[in-house]
Amino acid sequence: MSVILLIEQVLNGLQFGVMLFLMAAGLTLIFGVMGLINLAHGSLYMVGAFAAAAVAGWTGSFLLALAASLAAAAAFGALIELTVIRRLYARDHLDQVLATFALILIFSEATRWTFGSFPLFLDTPDWLSGTVMLPGGIEYSLYRLTIIGIGLVVAVALFLLISKTRVGMRIRAGENDREMIGALGVDISILYTLVFALGAALAGLSGALVGAIQSVEVGMGEPVLILAFVVIVIGGIGSIKGALFGAILVGLTDTLGRTLLPVLFGTFMEASSATTIGSALASMLIYILMAGVLVFRPTGLFGSA
Amino acid sequence: MLRERYLNLIILAILVIIPLWAWVSDEPFTITLVTRAVILALAGVGLNLALGQGGLVSFGHAAYFGIGGYAMGILASHAQNYDPIIEVPFLIEGTNSMPIIWLVAVIAGALSALVIGALSLRTTGVYFIMVTLAFGQMLYYFAISWPAYGGEDGLSIYVRNQFPGVNTLDPMQFFVVCFVILCVVLFLVDRINKSPFGLALDGAHQQEERVQTVGINVYRLRLVAFVISGAITALAGALFADLNRFVSPVMFSWHFSGEIIVFIILGGVARLFGPVVGACLFILLEHILGDLSDYWHIYLGAILLFVVLFAKGGILGFLSKKEVPHAG
Repeated sequence: MSVILLIEQVLNGLQFGVMLFLMAAGLTLIFGVMGLINLAHGSLYMVGAFAAAAVAGWTGSFLLALAASLAAAAAFGALIELTVIRRLYARDHLDQVLATFALILIFSEATRWTFGSFPLFLDTPDWLSGTVMLPGGIEYSLYRLTIIGIGLVVAVALFLLISKTRVGMRIRAGENDREMIGALGVDISILYTLVFALGAALAGLSGALVGAIQSVEVGMGEPVLILAFVVIVIGGIGSIKGALFGAILVGLTDTLGRTLLPVLFGTFMEASSATTIGSALASMLIYILMAGVLVFRPTGLFGSA
Repeated sequence: MLRERYLNLIILAILVIIPLWAWVSDEPFTITLVTRAVILALAGVGLNLALGQGGLVSFGHAAYFGIGGYAMGILASHAQNYDPIIEVPFLIEGTNSMPIIWLVAVIAGALSALVIGALSLRTTGVYFIMVTLAFGQMLYYFAISWPAYGGEDGLSIYVRNQFPGVNTLDPMQFFVVCFVILCVVLFLVDRINKSPFGLALDGAHQQEERVQTVGINVYRLRLVAFVISGAITALAGALFADLNRFVSPVMFSWHFSGEIIVFIILGGVARLFGPVVGACLFILLEHILGDLSDYWHIYLGAILLFVVLFAKGGILGFLSKKEVPHAG
């Protein structure tokens, strides 16, 4: 295996990782502030992708499509927060799981009803297609590089939002003691809606960005949702830093495992069974990683208590 | 209002009367539908031990259902092709005898629940939900990427497996086999719930510290419950595979893990017959709403949302109007 191919795979892993971060950041924020486990986060990812594909189809503009994904996911996020989610904050996790599972069923079928069962396609715009030459003579897809850039910018922006602004201060205060900040005159319900919509918008953006690489279809959100759960378990619930670290770790492990394991097994077995065993093991690798983290740190790498 | 015990007897009676009526009026499809409900109920009874009695919200019970299914699929496909599973160091051949398949399914389900439970039970609350979900997904992807037993396409078994003295291909006789298993398991689970073990498990659900203070190892208690729960669900998986004569990775899908929880919630959490009622209702809804619209999941979602938000206690809670002390 050449070094260039390896670097390419590392970049692919990073790209996968930052996408997972956009999902995991919203989930971990919502759990940290409201104590809610939201299975419907994957549906918001799907909503973002479908909104982007529809708007790109009408206008032909990729930037408008991205804006639409943010707006649609945030709007649907706020809508379900106001109608359903806010009744669940005081409930136990089982109720939250079931109610948001019900939301998945509703969202998926409503999307199938609106757009049909066939996948939609969202094309990357001309000015982002093609490849760029990186130092060292590595050719890499411009679009994937842009995704990595967007993901890192969002990570920095989120960090600044939470650590430097007044809203961020309230979010942190809400994580620590929600009764106290209510007593200090902060309107908690508006804050909750805001945090939920923010998380939803990040999921929607991530759906739209990935939608241009893969196809846009019903049920695209759930596999990513479960991976985002793995990320959060590894990183520690409620920690944005943990989400970033966990996401990149999972992205790299998965991508590199799929490339390297079959090659590794190929060094001491025959080619066909090496591919079989290697790829079967690679599909389980991130869960094995998760199990490993659980054995040593049951609350995740950056989790407290 | 009705006492829950009488209500349970009525439910069992209905489960016998419907297939009998279908048998007399020669409608094998209805019998198969009820058999499906009985098998799904069995999977729910398994999960209810962990989720209802123990308060362990496992979102990965499809894993054990799938393992039970593949235990049947692997054994029966080797028997069907007359090719042994392993030859060295000793010969293990496939089989199409149901009792052996059930035994293997139960042991395989218990062992995998032991490993997954030992890891997952180090965590609590939301972590536990996410971790069990993730392990379920791990097996799903493994089943897809392992080509030896059909990979993504699954495995077809052409003839239903044998049970001594029973013609299992006859829908009514197969129903009776499944129904008897459900009754036996319900009886055993009832005994477990009322045993010191079950009471301690319930106690740990309500007040973990107290149970720990009287000298019971809560981790071990929960692990045992989780293993029994996984074994029952695996048995249901083996029966389900035999009902369809087909296994595929779909049995492992997270969607099914969610559906088993739905059975329990629709029927009533921590009630012995909760999952039985829930599974029957689910099959009924699937049948009625599925006829009305291709998009019946929307209605299912709406009903589920309503039950969770406004009707805690499920159908049995509504009918018997008696709180179970450990519900919720």
